[in-house]
Amino acid sequence: MLKVDALCTDYTDAHGRLVHAVQEVSFEVGTGKLFTLLGPSGCGKTTTLRSIAGLERPQAGTIAVDGTVVYSSAQGVFVAPNKRSFGMVFQSYAIWPHMNVFQNAAFPLEVGSRRMTKQAIREKVMRVLHTVGLEELAGREATDLSGGQQQRLALARALAMEPRLLLLDEPLSNLDAKLRERMRFELKRLQHELGLTTVYVTHDQYEALALSHEIAVMNAGRIVQIGTPRDIYERPRDKFVADFVGSTNFIEGTVVASENCAHRYRMQTALGVLLAESASRLTSGDHALLSVRPEDIALTLNVPAGDNVCTGIVRAIVFLGEFLDFQIEAGGQMLLVRCHPTVEVVAGQTVYLQLSPEKCIVVTEPTSRWK
Amino acid sequence: MTTTDTQRRIELKWVIVAVAIAAVAYLALVPLAFLLWESFFTPRSVTRAAEFTLENYRTAYGSLETVRLFVNSLQYATGSALFAFVVGTLLAWMNERTNTPLKTLFFALSLIPLIIPGVLFTVAWIFLGSPKIGILNMLLQRLFETDYVFFNVYSMWGMVWVDGLHYSPMAFLLMTAAFRSMEPALEESAMMCGAGVLQTLWRITLKLAWPAVFATLLILFVRALESFEVPALLGLPVGIHVFTSSIYQAIHEYPSQVGLACAYGVTLLVITTAGIYLQSRLTGRGGRYSTITGKGFRPRVIDLGRWRYLTAAIFVVYFLLIVALPFLVLVWSSLQKFYAPPSLAALQQLTLDPYRFIIAYPPLLPAVMNTLLVAVGSATVIMLITSVICWITVRTKLPGRWLLDMLASVPLVFPGIVLGLALLIFYLNFKVGVYGTLTILFLAYLTRFLPYGMRYNTTSMLQIHRELEESAMMSGSTWSTTFVRILLPLLKPGLIAGWIYIVIVSTRELSTSILLYSPGTEVVSVVIWELWENGQYVELSALGVMFIIGLLTLVLTAQLLGRRFGLREV
Repeated sequence: MLKVDALCTDYTDAHGRLVHAVQEVSFEVGTGKLFTLLGPSGCGKTTTLRSIAGLERPQAGTIAVDGTVVYSSAQGVFVAPNKRSFGMVFQSYAIWPHMNVFQNAAFPLEVGSRRMTKQAIREKVMRVLHTVGLEELAGREATDLSGGQQQRLALARALAMEPRLLLLDEPLSNLDAKLRERMRFELKRLQHELGLTTVYVTHDQYEALALSHEIAVMNAGRIVQIGTPRDIYERPRDKFVADFVGSTNFIEGTVVASENCAHRYRMQTALGVLLAESASRLTSGDHALLSVRPEDIALTLNVPAGDNVCTGIVRAIVFLGEFLDFQIEAGGQMLLVRCHPTVEVVAGQTVYLQLSPEKCIVVTEPTSRWK
Repeated sequence: MTTTDTQRRIELKWVIVAVAIAAVAYLALVPLAFLLWESFFTPRSVTRAAEFTLENYRTAYGSLETVRLFVNSLQYATGSALFAFVVGTLLAWMNERTNTPLKTLFFALSLIPLIIPGVLFTVAWIFLGSPKIGILNMLLQRLFETDYVFFNVYSMWGMVWVDGLHYSPMAFLLMTAAFRSMEPALEESAMMCGAGVLQTLWRITLKLAWPAVFATLLILFVRALESFEVPALLGLPVGIHVFTSSIYQAIHEYPSQVGLACAYGVTLLVITTAGIYLQSRLTGRGGRYSTITGKGFRPRVIDLGRWRYLTAAIFVVYFLLIVALPFLVLVWSSLQKFYAPPSLAALQQLTLDPYRFIIAYPPLLPAVMNTLLVAVGSATVIMLITSVICWITVRTKLPGRWLLDMLASVPLVFPGIVLGLALLIFYLNFKVGVYGTLTILFLAYLTRFLPYGMRYNTTSMLQIHRELEESAMMSGSTWSTTFVRILLPLLKPGLIAGWIYIVIVSTRELSTSILLYSPGTEVVSVVIWELWENGQYVELSALGVMFIIGLLTLVLTAQLLGRRFGLREV
């Protein structure tokens, strides 16, 4: 449906330096899918989204929707944003303060190229306001809305024009934590019901994991990995992805031998010999970096049966309500281990750690110098 | 289809930029160029073409007179700036950082002088402080039974006093802004680091306020250099010349010495340009000091204890000097047949004749119409033009935008009288039917107040989140629809505020108009000036009283309206 190919954007910053904001970004989004661009601030995700919207003009590449090219450097095509009929929800919501709720949502229908009767506009606006649950507030001043209502209104306005593509630029980042969680479900439900092809930009990994069909993790202007949320979380390809999405422990090691099982290798680490998985082929003697999530390390007081077991000393315990975070010193390095709060261990105690082999993932070092 | 669309859109933008640059350049640069040209050439006449000459500068700089002129101007501007600054800063500090009683009321009242036209304020102070007829002198002389002249406004000190007093509210406003924008946490964290009150004041507060202090002083200095009314009314009669009054005199001599006036004008322009440049550098760098965040901080208020009655008394005295006395003396004089200082005898002679005279005064009605027409016209055109220009400079990345911004700020360096002079020369040489009409005044006001429109519109444009426009674009709206339906309504509070400000300043304007008016195109301030020249003091006072009341009504209505419009501001 949406096809972005080899998109590049450079600009000179305030100090006159050339910044490669977006480099060789390519991806495809299927009809009705929610695709997320995830990354830290300055990684180029917003620039990519704004290029799709037409609010920014890239240097090179192609953007096509349903086979229609809206931007192509080779063909010299650039369709103005107001001719693309994409709906967009901005980070600030961009609700016009001089209009009421109805007028805000009706605006796209009044200014669009399609002429509509007053009656038709009214029906349509009330329908989208109903969809987002704001029909009661149609006559209210936009400035009297709460943050969550403004967010819904922004969404309603984007939906009113029946967009070919919905673009969401960090739409939840201005809401408080509780509301954000609720809106996350709401968005997912709406997107699913309306079957809208959506591109979503966020720096919040939980949002990305919760909402997306597919995620592209971006760093320093490039896409580092594209995959389903589970893929990204469980099989991060490189150190940056593992570190940025969720929290993780890194363990350095050297490959000793490959196992019978595919992709599984035995390696020597500071914690002893560990079994780990690697997507790429490794040979004995290769240096490798392991990533293992804190919740994939089991903590026990007695020696557990099976592979990948080591001992450690509890240095600190943090109570976080839903779980306990342990700082455990093992093999000369600190490991973060996450357990159910029923586990009863005190600081200074020696414990056994078991790292499940299928969750010990070999990641590559990122090519950029991003830390 | 898409390619042509794109090209048309870009071309439209370029057309707008080109038109905007051309219009602004015409307004700002043409007079400047002609001023320079004229200062280096002999006057063109029927028999002789203009020739290159340095004679004007030789005349201007070849005499000791000029050294005195220079010294006088600097002395006057420095004195007036310092006086206004000290008074304004003290009041700003009292208002912002102390618990002086009724300070909010004083805050509102002390802004009134900004509305009173300079010519009226000066005339009022002549009535108060002239050695012969000054009320203050007479009161004190009667009290101490002497002939000693306590006040003489016809002196350098008198000029500094009147001008400094008149512009102290400006210093007050600027320093209030500086005090307000200062993050109290910066001072508090210094205290938490163990610094005492004085150490904090010296090492944090003053260091942070320094750019604001210096910028304020520079603005006041440049403004005093440009001021015309006080030097003309108080300086000229006793031979104290400054640049502005000398330019006026050179033009009004017979034969008029346009070249000489231009040489003075160029000199003055160089000084004011330097001042404005320095000031803009200072405020531009101000961003480095993170005190200016635009956030409203809760001010830290010092409890003055019993001293607060003293500060309240200072406020009262200030209010008397700057509003009550000048206004009352005008009222008094407007109720006399011939000007006489207040006395029991004079009290019996009270009459409304001056009002009857002035209302029936033939030139008045046309002058009022002219004033309204030019003020409202220029304010409207300026606010609309600058809203487009500001959109270009703030929102686009078009290559020409910095030039546009700079050009639109050029008129800031023009003293009113120099701008009048430049336009006079230009339209005398280019006979396009503008000279001697109201259009020349309109063009002059347009040029002179263009930077104010820029300032108001830039401020409000910066406050409008870019995404508000972008979401309109994403909704399918064209550039012009977005501009009319989204931007202009959002700019409205700033547009109205700027419009009112320009209407007020152009209504009071004298120094440009004094060189450009012709019989039939007088504005109210020019009529006041003429009445003064004719010695019709009581009639002048009657007109002045009505003028001030009219301006006050305008401002109060505007504020009420502004509050209503402001409600929807986000």
